[in-house]
Amino acid sequence: MRIIAAMSGGVDSAVAAARAVEAGHEVIGVHLALSSNPQKYRSGARGCCTIEDSHDARRAADVIGIPFYIWDMADEFHEGVVENFMSEYKAGRTPNPCLRCNEKIKFAAVLDRAKAMGFDGVVTGHYARTRETDAGRTLHRAVDPLKDQSYVLAVLNREQINGAIFPLGDTEKVDIRIEAEARGLAVAQKPDSHDICFVPSGDNAGWLRDRMGSEVGPIVDQDGNKLGEHKGAYTYTIGQRKGLGLTVPTADGSPRFVLKIEPVSNTVVVGAREDLAVTSMRGERPIFCGPEIGAAPLRGFVQVRAHGAALGCTYYLDNDQLVAELDEPLLGLATGQAMVIYDGDRVVGSATICETA
Amino acid sequence: MSVYLDHAATTPMFDVAIDAMNTSLRKLGNPSSLHTEGRSTRKDVEDAREKIAQAVGCLASEVIFTGSGTEADNAAIKGLFWHSDKKVILVSSIEHHAVLDPAHWLVEHEGAELIEIPVNSDGVIDLEFLKNSVAERGSEIALISVMHSNNETGVIQPIAEIVKIAGDIPVHCDAVQSFTKVPLSFRDLGLFAMTISGHKVGGPLGIGALILRRAVEIPALLHGGGQERDIRSGTLNAPSIVAFASAVAAQLYDAPKVAALRGSFEAGVMAARPDAVINGRNSERLPGISNITFPGTQSDSLLLLMDSQKVSCSTGAACTAGVHRPSHVLMAMGLTDVVSQSSLRFSFGTTNTQADVEYALSVLPNVIERGLAANAVGKK
Repeated sequence: MRIIAAMSGGVDSAVAAARAVEAGHEVIGVHLALSSNPQKYRSGARGCCTIEDSHDARRAADVIGIPFYIWDMADEFHEGVVENFMSEYKAGRTPNPCLRCNEKIKFAAVLDRAKAMGFDGVVTGHYARTRETDAGRTLHRAVDPLKDQSYVLAVLNREQINGAIFPLGDTEKVDIRIEAEARGLAVAQKPDSHDICFVPSGDNAGWLRDRMGSEVGPIVDQDGNKLGEHKGAYTYTIGQRKGLGLTVPTADGSPRFVLKIEPVSNTVVVGAREDLAVTSMRGERPIFCGPEIGAAPLRGFVQVRAHGAALGCTYYLDNDQLVAELDEPLLGLATGQAMVIYDGDRVVGSATICETA
Repeated sequence: MSVYLDHAATTPMFDVAIDAMNTSLRKLGNPSSLHTEGRSTRKDVEDAREKIAQAVGCLASEVIFTGSGTEADNAAIKGLFWHSDKKVILVSSIEHHAVLDPAHWLVEHEGAELIEIPVNSDGVIDLEFLKNSVAERGSEIALISVMHSNNETGVIQPIAEIVKIAGDIPVHCDAVQSFTKVPLSFRDLGLFAMTISGHKVGGPLGIGALILRRAVEIPALLHGGGQERDIRSGTLNAPSIVAFASAVAAQLYDAPKVAALRGSFEAGVMAARPDAVINGRNSERLPGISNITFPGTQSDSLLLLMDSQKVSCSTGAACTAGVHRPSHVLMAMGLTDVVSQSSLRFSFGTTNTQADVEYALSVLPNVIERGLAANAVGKK
């Protein structure tokens, strides 16, 4: 096949591209420039898409022996990911921009462009596996549980999964670094990237405040009694305990947690830990990575964070919403997060949480 | 087959230049040393300087060797500005970044005022604008810099008229693309300073020259041994200088042949894609450069597709991260940023053949179709 290797400048995508070449594909390396004003250097493990990263990607492509180009996706990224990140927070939800980037950029804008240009698919360094089954191709967890990225890929539909190649899912990260070393890739020991790439400081709240202002509003208890003030409701997360700055203590001295964010009234509601408990969730915009499901309840697992636990649940489709009823209550779940359903290690699909109970 | 159509970026070294360089590389001697070996290398360098001076139409003492055309441009722009007690710099809006960026730097750091001379839709600078600027601000102008021909479109600029309008104001001319391709004489043009580069003319990379009028002593960028008139220090790169001069003296550039290949290519493109636009087509152009807009495409997609068909061409401008950017040259000619990002530069050289042209034309229609499709999904 003729495929595009999305190369971030990190070790994973470099090894993925090399493996794709070895598998006999005709591979062309592409680095996505996602920032219209890139920084020159990475600072530690934070950020990506710096000029240094594009240089590292180019060097990896040279060593692998494939052509290399840079695609400017800065406008698409800003519109599809960064603006969405801000508007979700503004609406009181907690988005995951990495999922959004996979859905809108890496496996949409890039895959569509690649196909139009006569390529058959996109290879990336994500840790996930695909299998060919009687019901078509399915998406599965990687063998390395610490690196498994199936959660952030669960936004891909069947067509996108069919156009994707994940060569790293069968290998542990530590072995990928050894392999990179053996292949002579200079990025073998480059630190993994963490956090949100377009917030290189790692300070999400500060980043949001800089762009959305810090309008002061009340922090209230569940009865509406004002306990304090905040500087921008969107800088809080459901379940957050630290940094509330409340001076009125609770009767029994127990800590308070953020229960709810009300964007319209710019109010943060706090309460006791047990009030965070959630036993069911609903998600909108369901996407199925493999065979679709129906209204009949099924047993499986739901995961609500990139490296969160897989929670036993019963799941089903209720009209156009995906519902998961948990076996055990979960503390601190925000709308906007992605709920990803697993059947064993197979990814059934995902939806954006819009309601919890 | 692979076809190289990016001679304006760099062009193959002539065999005579490679041979001269190899001979020089095997030779011992710093040209500034006083002993036998030093004198021998110095003789090679001075022979080379005279050959280049002859081709440029200047005195040998007016040739200052530099590490690149960019260095020569920087030395000229900054040097002429610092040499003057005036603060206004006039440059054309289509200059190479090697001229534009030092001019902007002088604005930011040295209190310069920059006036950019616009161009018309054919890519030729507006002489009326220049005349008015000189009439109104003449006593404040430190220097004027206009390129001999543009690197993206090949459009030749009216340098002789510019010098005439300038009067006593020093004029620098970046002649990197024109040198050896079209007749030009530093002396006859009446220039103050001019830039040339080795690797555009069949010489090696990493050698350029600033041609600077005799007895004009501008401040140096590089201080040290004072090797080149105290304006440029650094041990003289004898092998590259010798090879540069050999390439120039050989006079191997075949302008009529290159122009015929370019003409044949453009005719073929227009037959295949009647909606294509040849930028600067109404102007006098260098023989080898063809800048073509393919409406509805993105040039970085086209370049990738051409490259995978083994045809090398150029998108024009890219930023430091390697991201393709709208061309300031095409935008100065009135194209929108979208249209200017739909353009490719093909540049022909003496080593090209009619078979190259035919091969490039054979792959082009499919490349454009795929480029249109790729751009269409981006708009979705």
